[in-house]
Amino acid sequence: MNRINKKLQEDRKLLSIYFTAGYPSLDDTSRIIQELEENGVDMIEIGMPFSDPLADGPTIQQSSTAALQNGMTTALLFEQLKDIRKSVSIPLILMGYFNPMFQYGVEAFCKKCQEIGIDGIIVPDLPLDVFKDDYEATFKKYGLVNVFLITPQTSEERIRQIDATSDAFVYMVSSASVTGSKEGFGNIQTDYFERIASMGLKNPQIVGFGISNATTFQAATKNAKGAIIGSAFIKHLARNGVDAIGEFVKSIRA
Amino acid sequence: MTYHADEKGYYGEFGGAFIPEMLYPNTEELRQNYIRIMQDPSFGKEFDQLLKDYVGRPTPLYFAERLSGKFNTKIYLKREDLCHTGAHKVNNTIGQILMAKKLGKNRIIAETGAGQHGVATATVCALMGIECVVYMGEIDIARQAPNVARMKMLGAEVRPALSGSRTLKDATNEAIRDWINNPVDTHYIIGSVVGPHPYPDMVARFQSVISKEIRWQLMEKEGRENPDYIVACVGGGSNAAGAYYHYLDNGDVGIIAVEAAGKGVHSGESAATSALGKVGIIHGSKTLLMQTPDGQITEPYSISAGLDYPGVGPMHSHLFKSGRGEFISITDDEAMAAGLMVSKLEGIIPAIETSHAFAILEHRPFRSEDVVVINLSGRGDKDLSTYIDHFKL
Ligand SMILES: Cc1ncc(COP(=O)(O)O)c(C=O)c1O
Repeated sequence: MNRINKKLQEDRKLLSIYFTAGYPSLDDTSRIIQELEENGVDMIEIGMPFSDPLADGPTIQQSSTAALQNGMTTALLFEQLKDIRKSVSIPLILMGYFNPMFQYGVEAFCKKCQEIGIDGIIVPDLPLDVFKDDYEATFKKYGLVNVFLITPQTSEERIRQIDATSDAFVYMVSSASVTGSKEGFGNIQTDYFERIASMGLKNPQIVGFGISNATTFQAATKNAKGAIIGSAFIKHLARNGVDAIGEFVKSIRA
Repeated sequence: MTYHADEKGYYGEFGGAFIPEMLYPNTEELRQNYIRIMQDPSFGKEFDQLLKDYVGRPTPLYFAERLSGKFNTKIYLKREDLCHTGAHKVNNTIGQILMAKKLGKNRIIAETGAGQHGVATATVCALMGIECVVYMGEIDIARQAPNVARMKMLGAEVRPALSGSRTLKDATNEAIRDWINNPVDTHYIIGSVVGPHPYPDMVARFQSVISKEIRWQLMEKEGRENPDYIVACVGGGSNAAGAYYHYLDNGDVGIIAVEAAGKGVHSGESAATSALGKVGIIHGSKTLLMQTPDGQITEPYSISAGLDYPGVGPMHSHLFKSGRGEFISITDDEAMAAGLMVSKLEGIIPAIETSHAFAILEHRPFRSEDVVVINLSGRGDKDLSTYIDHFKL
């Protein structure tokens, strides 16, 4: 069984952390991953920097620009990750925009992910219908799960289609926003979290966007299986460095 | 074989909607409604009326006698430079503001590079009394001050795009992010035949008034609907799409697309997307774009801000790939010289974008009996300081 599916069966709320590969320094990738695992994080999204991250707010934009300036590329990231499974056993997900993957070659990309021991991929701008028509078979062939996003605006019919095509979890974007924009959740989020929870989807849900501390983590995971923190982690990393990762994780799990 | 979009927004292998799920409801609402709304007679009536009374259409199709004499062929100019606001851009913004009203939107966002599309959007928002926010790269704001001032006079808010390379592509990213953050009340008026489906097709349809008029105007003047060639400059591709539109599937009409070579196609400072681009995804569309081998989008260069886009609309990628269109790239210097030539021969100072289209006359011979229509997409007032610097006027 895929590591993600196994993890989702554990009887606890999952904490997933997103970071941008190549930031703060080009060679931080494996250390960040190891620190996150050692400090009890359940799952990691390794962000592949892109020049034009149109679903991301300023924090992830800036980390992406810096990572590219540092010299990060798809090939280099694969090189940095090639021995990662010798030291890390939690699920690893690659998250990035479609163009760099398309240039690498989707099949070659998936093959490389399998060799390394990547468990899943999130491509925000690869739409459901294109995935199904052109790439689903390739993802399956290399044992990769694909994760789709839903938002408060996503229709029930489409949520059901997404649920049917997913085989790990559904990524619930907490509000109509790019990453890192909202502080705290209001009634709209609570209603949305409850509405989705009551739909009886076959896949568990993990909430992302707008989770920055213990309070928002708890609110998000009241109904959902877990939550993903990105911008708040990157800000912490920028301010306090890789050595202080444990401190950040503890502040969330407190 | 058709060169129009199919119902999923594909032109051959190009187009589609490669958008994050957050944008799906926005583009889906548009996709489900745009053709129905455009075909509604009351919409058509209002659109035509505004184009006539406010924009000043039909724009003349003018026989350029001295230019024709110089190049020994029959050259007609489609005078989009005479549109209100000085370029073809307003055909699209009039259409889209009416579309936004039909969809019940009360806030407009747009991106702009040189400021032409921003001005055209701010103009129609003033006309309709609708709130308008225009995203513009921080670098462009500094180098296009008069257009920033025009937008402000028209009541628009100009917001600087501070991310990435701080130019047109980043302004487009910011507009898309705004739309993600405001999915219900806001309509995004894209400025060219780019972006996710249905934008390329919708914008092409609004701009198609250009070739619709050329057909009957040419019939009046030459007794025939079809020119031998139709020539247009291509940034994102909207004035070209409009000028080609009714001729796309008509093999008797040659299609010539002119791109900006900047300082030379292989100088490293160019915007010649068909020559330098590879298939990829930019702003939600699968199309040719300039990028690194790793798939990072690169910054183009042209002396003309309106041609300075790293991608090109999917229709044009298909015209290029299929061979239906003939693509020519023109350097800064060639374009500037052509702008001066047209000013002196015809008494018309063209926008530098359009000057690129004129410059092919020096390279591309036509037969004396050929009828060549050049789409004069805009006037050069906005470019005076560039002309002044270049020619030390
Ligand atoms: C006068 C003029 N022509 C051409 C263009 C290029 O745009 P498009 O290729 O969409 O017509 C612009 C863009 O600003 C313009 O102002």
